[in-house]
Amino acid sequence: MISSSRQRFWASVELSIISNFRYQARALTAQTAETDAIRFLVGTQSLKFDNQIHIIDFDDENNVINKSVLLHDAGEIWHISGSPADKAVLTTCYSKTSESRVLTCAAVWRMPPEWESGSHESPDDSSNNPQTLELLCHLDNTAHGSVACVLWEPMGDGKRVISLAENHMLLWDLQESSTKATISSSATLEGKGQLKFTAGKWSPHHNNTQLATANDTAIRGWDLRSMSQIYCIENAHGQLVRDLDFNPNKQYYLASCGDDCKVKFWDVRHINEPVKCLEEHSHWVWSVRYNHSHDQLLLTGSSDSRVILSNMVSISSEPFGHLVDDDELSDNEESQQEDKGKEPLQDSIIATYEEHEDSVYAVEWSAADPWLFASLSYDGRLVINRVPRALKYRILL
Amino acid sequence: MSSATTPPDSDPSQRRRVHSMLKHYYGLNEEGKVTEQAESLDPCDINGPHFDPEVYLNKLRMECSLGELMDHESCMVKQIRSLDSDMQTLVYENYNKFISATDTIRKMKNDFKKMEDEMDCLSANMAAITEFSAHISGTLQDQHAQITKLSGVHTLLRKLQFLFELPARLNKCLELQAYAQAVSAHRRARCVLQQYSHMPSFRGIQDDCHVIMEQLAQQLRQKFRDGGSSAKDLSECVELLLQLDEPAEELCDKFLSHAQSRFEADLQGLEAELKDSPVTDTGGGLVQKTNPGSNPVSPSSSSTTNPFLSPTAGTDILEFIDRGCNEFVSSLCLVIASYQELFINRPQEGELASKNIPEMANGKLHVFVDTLAARYFSLVERRIQEEKGVSDNSLLVRALDRFHRRLQAISKLLPGSAVPSQGTEIVVRAARERIKQYLSALQTFYHDSLTDVRQALAAPRQSAGGASVSGGGATSKDATPSLPELLTSLSNFILNQLKSVLASVHLFTAKDITFSNKPYFKGEFCSQGVREGLVVSFIKFICQSSRQYCESAGDRGGSTPPALLLLLSRLCLDYETSTISYILTLTDEQFLVQHHTPVTPVTALCAEAREAAQKLLNHYVKVQGLIISQMLRKSVETRDWVNTIEPRNVRAVMKRVVEDTTSIDVQVGLLYEEGVRKAHSSDSSKRTFSVYSSSRQQIRYAPSYTPSAPMDTNLLSNIHKLFSERIDIFSPVEFNKVSVLTGIIKISLKTFLECVRLRTFGRYGLQQIQVDCHYLQMYLWRFVSDENLVHFLLDEIVGSAAHRCLDPSPMEQSVIEVICERG
Repeated sequence: MISSSRQRFWASVELSIISNFRYQARALTAQTAETDAIRFLVGTQSLKFDNQIHIIDFDDENNVINKSVLLHDAGEIWHISGSPADKAVLTTCYSKTSESRVLTCAAVWRMPPEWESGSHESPDDSSNNPQTLELLCHLDNTAHGSVACVLWEPMGDGKRVISLAENHMLLWDLQESSTKATISSSATLEGKGQLKFTAGKWSPHHNNTQLATANDTAIRGWDLRSMSQIYCIENAHGQLVRDLDFNPNKQYYLASCGDDCKVKFWDVRHINEPVKCLEEHSHWVWSVRYNHSHDQLLLTGSSDSRVILSNMVSISSEPFGHLVDDDELSDNEESQQEDKGKEPLQDSIIATYEEHEDSVYAVEWSAADPWLFASLSYDGRLVINRVPRALKYRILL
Repeated sequence: MSSATTPPDSDPSQRRRVHSMLKHYYGLNEEGKVTEQAESLDPCDINGPHFDPEVYLNKLRMECSLGELMDHESCMVKQIRSLDSDMQTLVYENYNKFISATDTIRKMKNDFKKMEDEMDCLSANMAAITEFSAHISGTLQDQHAQITKLSGVHTLLRKLQFLFELPARLNKCLELQAYAQAVSAHRRARCVLQQYSHMPSFRGIQDDCHVIMEQLAQQLRQKFRDGGSSAKDLSECVELLLQLDEPAEELCDKFLSHAQSRFEADLQGLEAELKDSPVTDTGGGLVQKTNPGSNPVSPSSSSTTNPFLSPTAGTDILEFIDRGCNEFVSSLCLVIASYQELFINRPQEGELASKNIPEMANGKLHVFVDTLAARYFSLVERRIQEEKGVSDNSLLVRALDRFHRRLQAISKLLPGSAVPSQGTEIVVRAARERIKQYLSALQTFYHDSLTDVRQALAAPRQSAGGASVSGGGATSKDATPSLPELLTSLSNFILNQLKSVLASVHLFTAKDITFSNKPYFKGEFCSQGVREGLVVSFIKFICQSSRQYCESAGDRGGSTPPALLLLLSRLCLDYETSTISYILTLTDEQFLVQHHTPVTPVTALCAEAREAAQKLLNHYVKVQGLIISQMLRKSVETRDWVNTIEPRNVRAVMKRVVEDTTSIDVQVGLLYEEGVRKAHSSDSSKRTFSVYSSSRQQIRYAPSYTPSAPMDTNLLSNIHKLFSERIDIFSPVEFNKVSVLTGIIKISLKTFLECVRLRTFGRYGLQQIQVDCHYLQMYLWRFVSDENLVHFLLDEIVGSAAHRCLDPSPMEQSVIEVICERG
């Protein structure tokens, strides 16, 4: 149920809420396990200062952002990801410099329980007295090289993660409340040249047994039970593939983006041709995200400093709009339904957000509110936007 | 005497004047009173009728001096003297004439007297002759009547003899096969026999005749059935049979079926040609006679598949149509003519008229002709369809013309027949088909020329050898000079080809072609067929195929050489600016296109061409940008920037980037104009980079290197960004060199920036980036429209590298300059 006050708000201007960090940042995630508060985690990148994890709480009622800071002194953060089971647990990929060598490691962390009780300090205060993350365990990978990303099992119990390191794919079991990590299985990408995973995504379908990874221009699908490759889309993009996302409602559908400025949609059963291809950005597309519940909504972030929200109705799970049960239809509603049927939604760009002034490396939907999303640019600017009200009602009604 | 009287200076005109004056004096003037009235009443006029000597004398005396009077007097005397002599002459002349006239009259009187006597004698003789002749005729009267009677009997006897001899004569005729004679004889006797059939002797003769004629008819029918005889014989046969009261309908059928069998043979002959032609077709198709003389195309190089060479079939279409016309159509005409002669246009006599033969016969004829013509047409159409090659359109047009012309004969013979209009339809279909073939031939030609261009572009690069595979941007210098030549030759080829095709198609509407004045060829053929179907479609095809180059080559960008993209883009742009309107004007003029139906306007085509040009150029920028980006990315990604050594040189890859950019600049400059730059800052226009960099760069870079609080750098870069416009990296470019180069450099530097941000640098790593960026700055600014863009992007790169540096201690500006200038 939508409260009347919110409706009033949506009736007013669609605001973007902008928050600036003083650090450069690439890593952004929604707090997956948190379903009440709208909360994002941002990891900063700095070689000279202690890195931090910023917890961004968005107060929907008042349009206010509350920031909390946790210290992450292990190194600059390249990737961050929250546990789907325990909202206090998260993983980071961070780079560590030792003996003039830069190595990217991964670790599981727990947020100290007090951060929330410590009230939402103003940013100035927090820098004085930041609390530190509690290290649960390292995903020890010195043998396998730099970690590109860590993936939690989607909607799992927070016991299994996958890390992608160079050309290795490691499936970890977290035991003893995540304080101990053991490799349960692994796979290695063999081939000519120096292969390196750049991105990956754990499929929420098929009982969480499938994984898609990207290396160079290819997208590969893996079966986690046998740790073997099940499909491979060679030359999925003209250049490097930067990110992937699974359609949450259609099990064979996959979106990818890359340095050819394109976003492509794949049906992994027919990998010769993409189902659809968007070319709206004017530079590399770094991040692509399906909305968790309405898979026609697609968010992309690019180094042309733009975030684009598109409505891909034709290849979504609701190509004809929201399906209403027949029983609930009165005659009156039926006629309305017919009226709407005459003008089905077209695939279109809903909005282009230009609040950023530097490359946008990460975009993320909120885990709690499906109509809300955040984007993060390199200069440390986080922008929170809403899906336009008109579209929202069209999808819902 | 006369010589004495005529004045010595007299000439004919003067004499006439004198004559007339004399005449006048004696009142002989025919003009009479009119002249008199016109003459003055002046009494002083010496020639006038009212002359008064007294008045005249007085006047003279009063007016003139003595000398003048003396002169006047002498003149007067002279005149009087001459008048006198004239008068004498006239009197003599008249006297002579009078004497001779009197002589003549006397002579005539004598002659007439003699003649009168002779006439009297003649009339007496004539009276005697009349009397004699009346006497003779009176005596011969009786004998004349007798002779007339005898001659009547003789005639009757002759007729009877003819009747009695008739059977024998008919038999003889039958033996001699002189059927015509027999029939005519029988016809003559028939009425008489009919009339006197009640008499037994005549009856016998009639029966005999009947039997014989029956036999004769039998024989005639037999002959008719045999069909071996010529058309003329046959028609004679039919005529005789008709005269023998054979049923006309049956005869029509027989006649037509007989003719049918012969047409069957003709058609089979034609079909046989059709059937074996595919065999020779495939055989000849491989050999492919090259006949450059008649060939409107002269492709730049020998392409293996040339659509403009016709398959050398067994017979060409003209021969085929000729054969069809000569054998089938002409004999059809003959048959129609003789049929009409026999059954339709016959003078209607007696009972035949009542049977309404012409209508019946006409109906049969139409059905017959239609069925035959349908078969013939289907054959012709099959043959036309085989005519795939477009080598010699004149042959086809001539064949069609002949085909059409010969059918006109049928229309003349058989007004109201659907055959000629069907024939016209075939011609129309053939013309349509031809246009389609020309279009596809043009398309193939276009593709072939592009392949040639592609080879020409590739060839020098291969010969250069050293050019690496990845460095596609470096279209080696051997290739570049020929780019404009290739463009002009390509566009000339296409234009010439199009013109020759238009000329070929134009044959269809030539004045001496019979079907050219049909409404289709006047209207629809020109506007819908040639203009829309051929010219507009071709231009659209060019745009379309150009666009396809952008789409198919989208991934990896390797398949189409960038130079080709550039060339095509320029080609499309040229089309937009001039060629399209030229071609269409040419077409409209040549074909006098009257636009009954809406046609594609020039502007729409131009817009399409421009769009294609834009797309191609954008794609070119993208491809070239990606090639350079790839170099830069590899160079950043594969190096260990933390543990690198102190920079001593500009990295080779940067030199390579500048070299490639220069060669792209040259390449683009060959085809596109310079374009507009924003005003250079004064220092860069002097091209003294050292001054520029030392004065300004330090100010710019220095703050970002200093490891002060991160706040400062952010603030600075944010302020900087606030004042600089957002840069769209892969954005559409304008049609000029500067814009293209700006696009390429933007893409390259943005890639450089993004790659730098993903790495971590050591102190020397940063310094190397500084050196590299300075080097790029030195050389790249001149290519772009707004040098600030390059400065901004390079600043960003160095700034980002500084951020990503573990030990950010920048290099001295002077050292950087020394290194850059050294290498």
